[in-house]
Amino acid sequence: MKHPLPLIWRMIPEKYYLMGSHCATCKNDFFPFRQICPNCRRLGKVSEKRMPTTGTVYSFTEVSAPPSGFEFEVPYPLAIIELDNKVKILAQIIDAPMEKIRIGSRVQMRFRRVGDDDEESAISYGYKFALIEDAASSAKTDKPAKTPKPTVSKG
Amino acid sequence: MVHAGIAGYGVYVPYMRIKIPEIAKVWGKDGDKAARGLGVYEKALGAIDEDSATFAVEAGRRAFEHCKLDPARVEAVYVGSESKPYAVKPTASIVAEALGSTPHLTAADFEFACKAGTAGIQACMGLCIAQMIDLGLAIGSDAAQGRPNDALEMTAGAGAAAYVISAKKEEQIATIEKTYSYTTDTPDFWRRSHAEFPMHAGRFTAEPAYFKHVAECAREIMKRTGTKPEDFDYFVPHQPNGKFPVRVAKLLGFTEAQVKPALVTPFIGNTYSAAAMIGLSAILDIAKPGQRILVTSYGSGAGSDGFIITVNDLIDQKRPAKARHFFELINNKTYVDYATYAKHRRKIKSM
Repeated sequence: MKHPLPLIWRMIPEKYYLMGSHCATCKNDFFPFRQICPNCRRLGKVSEKRMPTTGTVYSFTEVSAPPSGFEFEVPYPLAIIELDNKVKILAQIIDAPMEKIRIGSRVQMRFRRVGDDDEESAISYGYKFALIEDAASSAKTDKPAKTPKPTVSKG
Repeated sequence: MVHAGIAGYGVYVPYMRIKIPEIAKVWGKDGDKAARGLGVYEKALGAIDEDSATFAVEAGRRAFEHCKLDPARVEAVYVGSESKPYAVKPTASIVAEALGSTPHLTAADFEFACKAGTAGIQACMGLCIAQMIDLGLAIGSDAAQGRPNDALEMTAGAGAAAYVISAKKEEQIATIEKTYSYTTDTPDFWRRSHAEFPMHAGRFTAEPAYFKHVAECAREIMKRTGTKPEDFDYFVPHQPNGKFPVRVAKLLGFTEAQVKPALVTPFIGNTYSAAAMIGLSAILDIAKPGQRILVTSYGSGAGSDGFIITVNDLIDQKRPAKARHFFELINNKTYVDYATYAKHRRKIKSM
């Protein structure tokens, strides 16, 4: 799959640190980011919110006929992950054989290449997930990180 | 005078390993003899979707998980590597963005073979001491390159180490008392533009290169601070293999007990820019308040950065989680054969 540069760039917050959204009206989180709350519509008050970077495997499968760009990674596990705020996302599971993955396995976000079209194009980076015991982490839960406020001076 | 110090550190080592005899057998060499000769038994390698930028981000995240400071406070990010994913485009900006440190900061990539990461520590120290910044991040990260059937292929490993450098004494688990560098123009190892693999000058990389620069750096920093080998609890030299660091330690008058806890290369290979920094992390995992550490990195080309570090009381309250200790985290691994290694390191030319 080709990764057009504007798309790579626009999706950096989502791909690098799971930037999603939160509706202050219905108190729900959404990922990927939504401009309009699907529950509250025009009454919704939506703002940016980082999703937690840990969760559990909700369901998974093994991909052996991949989309283009992933030919050298097959077979690989692909999972629906329920993040700790109950938001579900689709992601690859890395650094684990299929037999170690279970529904309910704890996982943690990792930073990997997700698109590398050819030797001259920009590389697309983003999230994949690793089993927490394999991620060598003692952290069982991860509170959502604070959303960075880029306009605040550090002075 | 403000002393800069280490507020936090993090190490990332990829999941896959290949044993040295597995590489040697492909090229008709005696694998056990090669492993014994180098003092390296296996090496880490990144997966096909990993590179020095992804290593650097993971190490950086672990450093902030350790120090529990806000990454948005970071005002300088320096990434040292000789295996950058881009020839032109900084890895440091990728790291800064992924950690949530952008946009109010300076960021740059450093290159000085295996000591580019410690050059980043020095740059952060300078900015902290000049009170231009409060917090900086220095990372050494490499998916080390070695040409198939070259001696380097037996040792070129993969990994990253990140150090959060703070100007605030109350945030420092260890204070960097002194730094000094020894540099000459010594062409012992290089990679020309557009070349895929580095070249090296064989035995020339030892006496006039590694040993001279590491030893001179260590001697001069001790002379300038009036210290002797027995004043240090640990000595952390650069470790291109498992033998050189022990030999240089002996040459300088350090005991094996001072250097052996820092030896990480036998287990993950030479991680180039990250090697001395990962070695230091293995020491900080076990160091006690008041202990002193001498670090001397080495970069071909050639130079050595020396650091005298004193461990502070805060280290006891701010230990990384046990699972993040170097000798724990390297247990999460899987062994691959040479064909799998060649695929993941893109050594198969038709890929």
